[in-house]
Amino acid sequence: MSSLPLLSLIILTPWVGSLLLVCLPGLGARACRGITLAFSLSTLGFALCVLSSFNPAAPGYQFVERRDWISSLNVHYFLGLDGLSLLMVLLTAVVAPAGILASWKLSSDVRFFGLLFLALQGAALGVFLALDFVPWFLFWELSLVPAYFLIKLWGGAGASRAAYQFVIYTIGGSAFMLLGFAGIFLATGSLDFPELSRLGADGTLALKLASLGGFWPMAIFVGILLGLAVKVPLFPFHTWLPSAYAEAPTGVSMFLTGVMSKMGVYGFIRILWPLFPMRLHASAPCLIWLALAGVVLGAFAAMRQTDLKRMVAYSSINHVSYCLLALFAVASANGPGGEPSVAALGGSLLQMFNHGISASALFFCVGILETRSGGLRGAGDFGGIRSSAPLFAGLCGISMFSSLGLPGLNGFVGEFLIFKGVWGLIPWAAALSCLGLFATAYFLLTFWQRVFHGPKSGAAAGGFAELHGVEVVTLAPLVALMFLLGIVPQLLTGLFNPLVGIWVGHFTK
Amino acid sequence: MNALPCTVYISLTGALLTLVLGRRSPGAARVTALGSALLAWGIALVAAYQFHPSPAGLQTLVDVPWIPQLGIRYHLAADGISLTLVVLTGLAATAGILFSWNVEERTGEFFAFYLTLIGGVYGVFLSADAFLFFVFYEIAIVPKYFLISIWGSTNREYGAMKLVLYSFAGSALVLAGLLWAYAAGGAQSFAIGDLAAAATQFSHTQQVGMFALVFLGFGVLAGMFPFHTWAPTGHVAAPTAASMLLAGVVMKLGAYGCLRMALPLFPVGFVFWQPVIAWLAVIGIVYAGLIALVQEDFKFVIGYSSVSHMGFVLLGIAAANVRAVSGAVLQMFSHGVIAGLLFAVVGRMVYDRTHTRKLADLRSMSLYRQIPFAATVFVLAGLASMGMPGFSGFPAELTILIGAWQTSPWCTAIAAFGVLVAAAFTLRVIQVSFFGTSSPSVAGPSHTAAMAPISVPEKIGAALLVGATILVGLKPDLLLNLIEPALRSPLFQGVLNGGAS
Repeated sequence: MSSLPLLSLIILTPWVGSLLLVCLPGLGARACRGITLAFSLSTLGFALCVLSSFNPAAPGYQFVERRDWISSLNVHYFLGLDGLSLLMVLLTAVVAPAGILASWKLSSDVRFFGLLFLALQGAALGVFLALDFVPWFLFWELSLVPAYFLIKLWGGAGASRAAYQFVIYTIGGSAFMLLGFAGIFLATGSLDFPELSRLGADGTLALKLASLGGFWPMAIFVGILLGLAVKVPLFPFHTWLPSAYAEAPTGVSMFLTGVMSKMGVYGFIRILWPLFPMRLHASAPCLIWLALAGVVLGAFAAMRQTDLKRMVAYSSINHVSYCLLALFAVASANGPGGEPSVAALGGSLLQMFNHGISASALFFCVGILETRSGGLRGAGDFGGIRSSAPLFAGLCGISMFSSLGLPGLNGFVGEFLIFKGVWGLIPWAAALSCLGLFATAYFLLTFWQRVFHGPKSGAAAGGFAELHGVEVVTLAPLVALMFLLGIVPQLLTGLFNPLVGIWVGHFTK
Repeated sequence: MNALPCTVYISLTGALLTLVLGRRSPGAARVTALGSALLAWGIALVAAYQFHPSPAGLQTLVDVPWIPQLGIRYHLAADGISLTLVVLTGLAATAGILFSWNVEERTGEFFAFYLTLIGGVYGVFLSADAFLFFVFYEIAIVPKYFLISIWGSTNREYGAMKLVLYSFAGSALVLAGLLWAYAAGGAQSFAIGDLAAAATQFSHTQQVGMFALVFLGFGVLAGMFPFHTWAPTGHVAAPTAASMLLAGVVMKLGAYGCLRMALPLFPVGFVFWQPVIAWLAVIGIVYAGLIALVQEDFKFVIGYSSVSHMGFVLLGIAAANVRAVSGAVLQMFSHGVIAGLLFAVVGRMVYDRTHTRKLADLRSMSLYRQIPFAATVFVLAGLASMGMPGFSGFPAELTILIGAWQTSPWCTAIAAFGVLVAAAFTLRVIQVSFFGTSSPSVAGPSHTAAMAPISVPEKIGAALLVGATILVGLKPDLLLNLIEPALRSPLFQGVLNGGAS
């Protein structure tokens, strides 16, 4: 293993780029775009470096960096990486440059946009790599700031309100999460995730928290659950999402749905489950209903949308809820977790990655419709685009089929594993969530048919310009990944399969 | 370390000098004021750097008899808590002078009053004799009146009068409480240690009564709900530098008085009143936050946010354990810096350029395009004020929450809700004041042309304060290592460990 602090480099390099842009106020738009993209791509480079020397079979965290930070709170600057973190870092490495490329044509305040985007990227990476509550929370909260300004300043007409709502919801959740960790620190004197996970696994944490008395141990659990649930979002805490995603500029919507929604799911798997295995087990039967509501209602709400961007936003709720459905199903299982648990959990991780790819591709396609038509994005505003822009139609179609889970494309593998696992654990939940699957197929196919087929009409009546240079460069890698991961999912599952096996044996009692 | 008393003398001498020089040239007065503030701050920083905590707590700097007949001594001493606040005072004073560089009206007198106020504040933080403490406290109150009533803005006579009346009422209560304790203890000495020793013999009723008088007196100045109403009006009426000092340092005098006087002297009384203080503190946090959420005047938002943040200080003190109180002291420092920064942006950077503080007017100006520096500073200060990690407010609030949980979980939960409210009003004011939607008809070139660029003193002042909040946010150990040993000293030991039920 190299002695370079690779994980710090992963997090800090985008921030260095951001700082560089702060310090160069006179830079031209082209140079700003170049710097932004280069620093954003650095993540991919470092991630591949990490990947090359990462050993999936080794237990525990790798590339660990740990230094003293705040001695009176026993806080350390603690970074580490396992298969799950690596998966998320890779996802960020793919989605972030795509988001920047999608914003290539942006003309107002290019430098400011770039520096905010890089700041956001660095913070998101920090969330996936920090292993101590304080640095983790630092990245978690700091990611809101650039996201807020990106939505507010470059977003659509209702952006101010959407951005405000988004941040207040998330900070509201975070405030109670902070309170929860204050309680945990009081009971254990530690804020270190691996340490707390050990205490959580052998039940010591529950005993120590019980010393706080009353319903406070429950309140701590609920506080942390709330903070994470808002971020994912879990039904019924999702109301901020459609407007935030719909109002954000295309590149930012891609990052929000591709990476930031995963921060919440990541938190569930990294924090809530290991720290409170018994409590999650006990509350899983209720939580499953919420996840199911997200799956089914999210899909049906998407079906009712005429605004394509809102449709994709609602379908995000549906897709991310699958991840949580699988997790809750695994947590609710009695007895040792067997093969279905492994399948469900592995599917959940895979789905996180796949949804990141396909949802950001779809947001990008809607963004193209929007720019070409001067801001229109209603399902009825277009028609017959396929004949004038066959390449665009093809790539967009592939993204849709990936999103609805066609075999051979990436979406299928994750969803199949989730269904297979959940079927083995809670058959009725799997059956109910099929409703979501049908609705998804229905609205995506409607989208496809209305916009791309039929006679040329609406904004596309006078023809529709084909994808050009930068747009192809943005979309093609995402589509290539959909095929690659659809055909060889082992590329990813190999990273986290040993981990999933350990978790299932560990946490499910 | 032993040079610390010089902070008081330098400030008072500086006041005299600026008064004299200001008659000839305002420039000389400014430079003198800045020089003395910097010198005093430098001394404070060196002292903090060289400081070694001693197990006894307070380390005597000067101790000579003053009025021997009454047992009053001129006794200055310092521990980690006073050092933290002395450093804060130096920082706030320096920044305040930089932000008052444009005061043209009676410049010499302005800085004379300003430095007198600073001298009094240094004196309070260093006094180890209750009577001396009180004298410095009064020295700090009087210049406030003149600063506000002469150089202030909106409703300045009303604001100044209200503030001074509240302050005097508060100090009268403190005086009554201290005299009662002095008399009941045999009228021997005003030294804090002696008074505390004598207080152990007092009856329960006496302790409860004395504590109530002293704590309430200081609590008024700390902006304790429901005696906080002087703070927003006073802050709004004051000129920029004075609001920076008022919110940044003077409110800390009150909290410091509670911590230094009320708690160690009357631990039994404290136990009796503790739940009441905790509840008043959380009510203050949430109530002031909600009020700030609906203000239409930019400066009132900041004024109420100060009250809300001081609620955290009081909550930490009321929790009565080393962790919570060290968080409270850290919060005093943090809020001093952040409030100074917020008032500097509102009063100096925005108001002096736009001549309006109405959020409705600012909304149409889209100020971030015209003064991006001010917008950046305000966003940073706002984030710090929201308790965003990476800024000084976060370690302070986290420490307070952890400590307060031990004593009163319910209050802590409500305080966490207060964090959310703080985020809501801060974000709202950021959004409306700087990033409003500009309609092209309003934000024409006339606005852009009229806006003077941000001057160098403003930039330096802002950089100092932003630097301080980030430095402490990333390295809170710098201050916590000073504060915690002081709280483990014998004087605090009795009240902080026994205080919790």
